[in-house]
Amino acid sequence: MRIKLNVNGKEHEVDVEPRTTLLDCLRDVLNLKGAHAGCEHGVCGACTVLYDGVAVRSCLIFAPQAEGSAITTIEGVTPAPGELSPVQDAFCETHGLQCGYCTPAMVLAAHSLLAGNPEPTREEIVEAISGNICRCTGYAQIVEAIALAAERMRGVNRPTEL
Amino acid sequence: MRQDSKQASKPFRFVSTDRRVREDRRFVAGKGNFVADIDLPNMKHVALVTCPYPAARIKSIDKSAALAVPGVHYVLDGHELAGATEPLMTGLETPNVPRRPLAVDVARYAGEWVVAVVADTRALAEDAAEQVKIEYERLPYVLDAEKALEKDAALVHEAHGTNVLLDKTFVWGEVDKDFADSPRHLSLRVKWGRSSTVPIETFGVVANWDPWREVLDVWASIQMPRYNEQISNALRLPGTGVRVHYDVDVGGSYGVKRGIKNTILVGYLTRRLGFPVRLIEDRLENMRGGDAHGPERVFDVEVAFNDEGIIRSMKMRALDNVGAYAGRSPFQLGKPIGAIVGPYKIKSVQYRAMAVTTNKTTQEAVRAFGQGPTNFAIERTMDEVANALGIDRLEIRRRNLVRHEDFPYEIPSGSVYDSGNYEAVIDKVLAHTSYEDLKARRDALRAEGKLAGIGIAACLEPSGGNATFEAMLNPKINTSTFMDSCRIHVDANGTITATMHTTSSGQGHETLVGTVVGEVLGLDPDRIRITRPDSLNSLPSGTPVGSRMAIVLGGAAFHAAHKLKDKVTAIAAHDLGIPLERAVYANGSVHDRDAPDNKRSWADIVWIAHRNYHRMPPGMEPGLAVSHIEQVPGGGNLPTPDQRVKMYPCFSFEFHLILVSIDPDLGAPQIECYRIGHDCGTVINPKIVRGMTMGGIAHGIGAALYEEFAYDDEGQLMAQSFMDYLLPSAHEVPPVEIIHHETPSPLTVLGQKGSGESGYLGSAAAVANAVNDALRPLNISVNTLPLKLAKLGDAIAEARSR
Amino acid sequence: MKAAPFEYSRPATVDEACALLAADANARVIAGGQTLVPMMAMRLARPTRLVDIARIADLSYIKDDGDGVAIGAATRQCLAERSALVKAKLPLLARAIPWIGHTATRARGTVGGSIANGDPAAELPLIAVTLAATLSYRADGATEEMPADEFYIGPTITNLPAGGILTAVRFPVWSGKVGTGFHEVNARSSDFAFVSAAVQLALAEDGSCERIAIGIGAVTDFPVRLASAEEALTGTKLDETAVRDALHAALADLEPMEDLHASAEYRRRTALVLGARAIADAKANAQGNA
Repeated sequence: MRIKLNVNGKEHEVDVEPRTTLLDCLRDVLNLKGAHAGCEHGVCGACTVLYDGVAVRSCLIFAPQAEGSAITTIEGVTPAPGELSPVQDAFCETHGLQCGYCTPAMVLAAHSLLAGNPEPTREEIVEAISGNICRCTGYAQIVEAIALAAERMRGVNRPTEL
Repeated sequence: MRQDSKQASKPFRFVSTDRRVREDRRFVAGKGNFVADIDLPNMKHVALVTCPYPAARIKSIDKSAALAVPGVHYVLDGHELAGATEPLMTGLETPNVPRRPLAVDVARYAGEWVVAVVADTRALAEDAAEQVKIEYERLPYVLDAEKALEKDAALVHEAHGTNVLLDKTFVWGEVDKDFADSPRHLSLRVKWGRSSTVPIETFGVVANWDPWREVLDVWASIQMPRYNEQISNALRLPGTGVRVHYDVDVGGSYGVKRGIKNTILVGYLTRRLGFPVRLIEDRLENMRGGDAHGPERVFDVEVAFNDEGIIRSMKMRALDNVGAYAGRSPFQLGKPIGAIVGPYKIKSVQYRAMAVTTNKTTQEAVRAFGQGPTNFAIERTMDEVANALGIDRLEIRRRNLVRHEDFPYEIPSGSVYDSGNYEAVIDKVLAHTSYEDLKARRDALRAEGKLAGIGIAACLEPSGGNATFEAMLNPKINTSTFMDSCRIHVDANGTITATMHTTSSGQGHETLVGTVVGEVLGLDPDRIRITRPDSLNSLPSGTPVGSRMAIVLGGAAFHAAHKLKDKVTAIAAHDLGIPLERAVYANGSVHDRDAPDNKRSWADIVWIAHRNYHRMPPGMEPGLAVSHIEQVPGGGNLPTPDQRVKMYPCFSFEFHLILVSIDPDLGAPQIECYRIGHDCGTVINPKIVRGMTMGGIAHGIGAALYEEFAYDDEGQLMAQSFMDYLLPSAHEVPPVEIIHHETPSPLTVLGQKGSGESGYLGSAAAVANAVNDALRPLNISVNTLPLKLAKLGDAIAEARSR
Repeated sequence: MKAAPFEYSRPATVDEACALLAADANARVIAGGQTLVPMMAMRLARPTRLVDIARIADLSYIKDDGDGVAIGAATRQCLAERSALVKAKLPLLARAIPWIGHTATRARGTVGGSIANGDPAAELPLIAVTLAATLSYRADGATEEMPADEFYIGPTITNLPAGGILTAVRFPVWSGKVGTGFHEVNARSSDFAFVSAAVQLALAEDGSCERIAIGIGAVTDFPVRLASAEEALTGTKLDETAVRDALHAALADLEPMEDLHASAEYRRRTALVLGARAIADAKANAQGNA
């Protein structure tokens, strides 16, 4: 069936079987490979995307369900080719990753957390990524990355309302 | 001993500094090159039909309905595949236990792959797979390793005549005498449950046969030695007919991603069908029939000691349930021989290694290749010896440890521990977190009504990958070469490319090579490009196993860089008209020691090498290209007639000290405090090593408390998905403090040892010891991993009711 | 793990949804999909049509109707989690919601979806049963109601008629000195519970228990209230011994489930422990509330 998907601020019209998950649609039809399949049953979180700004599992959404929502993938939070967001850069600074497979999902979970909570406690960071399984890092350097990103983003000059 | 062994000396400029890991950049942007990201034109997809029974004869396969599904191209069965390929490589001499990608006549575990369907999409392949009609005749089956040893046990492989794949006993030293002479003895049985390191990415492979160039291109999420060799052997292609692409990013492996079944399957299909074929295991295929399972081992340990707790001798029987086929897994009983006494001065050892087939999924390699379970057995034994004597568990270890002045220390089985200072590491940890304070915290928790215990584990990480355990377990094997390589080329612009010849799964090898080459050349590592040529363009690599890459690839990169430095120096010396001894290389340029203004810059030398042959030293090759193939330090030996052999050259050390509390009413364990002292010699990149240790600890916590490939009595895997195979999330891994120490290895170019398995080697042991310490007041001991919450609850309730 | 093929419809109203269900016995409703989609991926569920009701505005609300709070069936769990009304009027629900899955699943999963699915270990069915919620559903053009304690008849088996669609859950609001307690035990904090206990009580002026609801989840095929314990404890001061005895007696009648994760005896024993803790918590926070 033909559906319209809003991905990273752009409208796309695609023709997919209804059973195509949002994950597979992003990867196979829209060629956005940053979301990854780890389990396809909603446990590992490697497929995380932002859905109307909130982190969700794209393997648990069929593409037609997503018509009408704004989807943001890791490609959408990357500022420009070769440029990293403060969150992405923080992950590089603390080495909050190894194989990289769960990493886009972790970065998006971090974005989702920090959008609503600019000064998260360690517990809040742990809770925010508890739905994303990492088998490489033991999570320590991921938590540090998010804390570092939060600290740096708090330090950024913010425009004040006039 | 190497004749030309060099060792760099501190202080380093780049090594050991807090540099970023260059690979991270692409991953945080989602721009890795994972196998599932690879799209080839006209590529088709495979799904598998698996056997639902633990043992069954395949009576008939009706493909007709499947072939009628639109979009289906082929349905492949085991007979056809077996007719066109060689069986998969095994380690032991077990010709009557052949292993093939698809079952032939008999399926031997629930989940075994029986038929492969090829279709336009994975979804269609799954639709068609459901339509394949297979008639099975159920056969008797056996699931338990000890039952499999019994006389009337069902035979997994009739032709083999027994379920025993390996039963070999080693005796090093005068074990019987040492036992007779010792006043005290203790026996213990512990079990390491069937678990593994389960990466988030499953195994995937894409293969494409080019009939015009007669080459099979393979992209895979692979971590395995001799991969291209196994492919060419099985598919009956010359070695030069297989091109494995090493620039595929592997989404985690930690030992497991062997994927040879998958690869032979798609390799055959692409040649047969004429288009690229892709098989990405889904999680069910992976958990039930992929490389997901690890050791399932029963240890019977007996030790002989005196009243002071000095352990003189140890007997250990390790019985491993390797599942239905012999892959590489029986060798996981052999590697621990290289550190069979742990960090202790046990004089004599008897070790019986038994690998037994059952109708469970085939076991594959796991991080540390059997050392984790073995360390668990040793460390539980140390605790129980201490308890039997009423000696403190830390003290008993101190009394038995190999001392700083004892190195290099040869253990009964022939390996030599290169260097170490175990007491210093322990002292450092205790200086950071006092043992008395920890005991006080434990007692305070107990006073609150909780159960609480301190867990200690002192373990070694053998590193370097001198895998002579192969020859120990199979005398027909005479492999003593375990090598790795690096090639460095400086182009006409003066920019540097260094190569490595294998895939990586997050270990930061590009950063490793760049750092080492940069260190030797005195040039910014980040300006050195690291590439991974494909297998046809590569030099040999033993791949990232056996915690070997920092040592052997690091060594290769080091020596290659020195060759380059020597060549650069020689070119400059010649052009300056000075003897070589006066030429001083510094950060890319070369000057006359006696007249420093007389020099040649890097650009000058590059120009000469590439363009001014008339200025080159006579007889020297033009250009600036070098390579080095490095043998593992201390390698090149085979077992002696009395069954002793040097295995891995370098030994990292870790000391875990943890505090665990248990809610006695629920059985729920909680790690309150986690300290680890870690010594892996010179650290090439601190961020990488820290990450490895943290990740290894998480794996160990999983193995100790949560993870199990549990089977029911019908031979069905109960933990088929992540809903039941419980992976630790960020909630389950406590904050860990790593206390760092460095005892360099005298055998490696920078003093580095391996750290690819760190944390995992001792954390399960530490957790198990802590839980046992917590339960001791109730007179319970628990020795079967995983220590599941509800089982702990039941054990506590039972003890309380007595 | 790709689902078997199906058709997809997105009706604008509940009655349109019902009509689609009526036209195809193998059609199923989807809202959050957090439970249904994994089952479809494993091909354990194979609906021929998915009827997407997630965006029907009439099904998403949280309303105060005087002595109760009604929640539309397609209300996302995260909205209920953030709702000030739920915090104020349905404190037991507010306590339980953070235990449901993960942030990412609560962003999609719905209140009605979890209740209609009826997993024995799920939090929302337990709260619905404990608070004696009233479930509304639409079937054959009419809206019917059913009390929660009649809704569940087996593990994920409910009395919702074929072709019916859950439209709302109405939780009664308690007045007075109300306190709540919720406890769950599982291997990892976001897993399905091995055992869970939910308690809401109201204290009289003299501190005795005026009213108490005790629900136990994950122990039996569906959540149950321990009616005999509730009766035994009403009017008492809820001292520890009385609580344990009442729970013990009530739990003796249950036949706990046994599985890979926990034995039947573990469940029975732990239900008592968690029930007692939940009652103690509820009593303490009732005393703290004006």
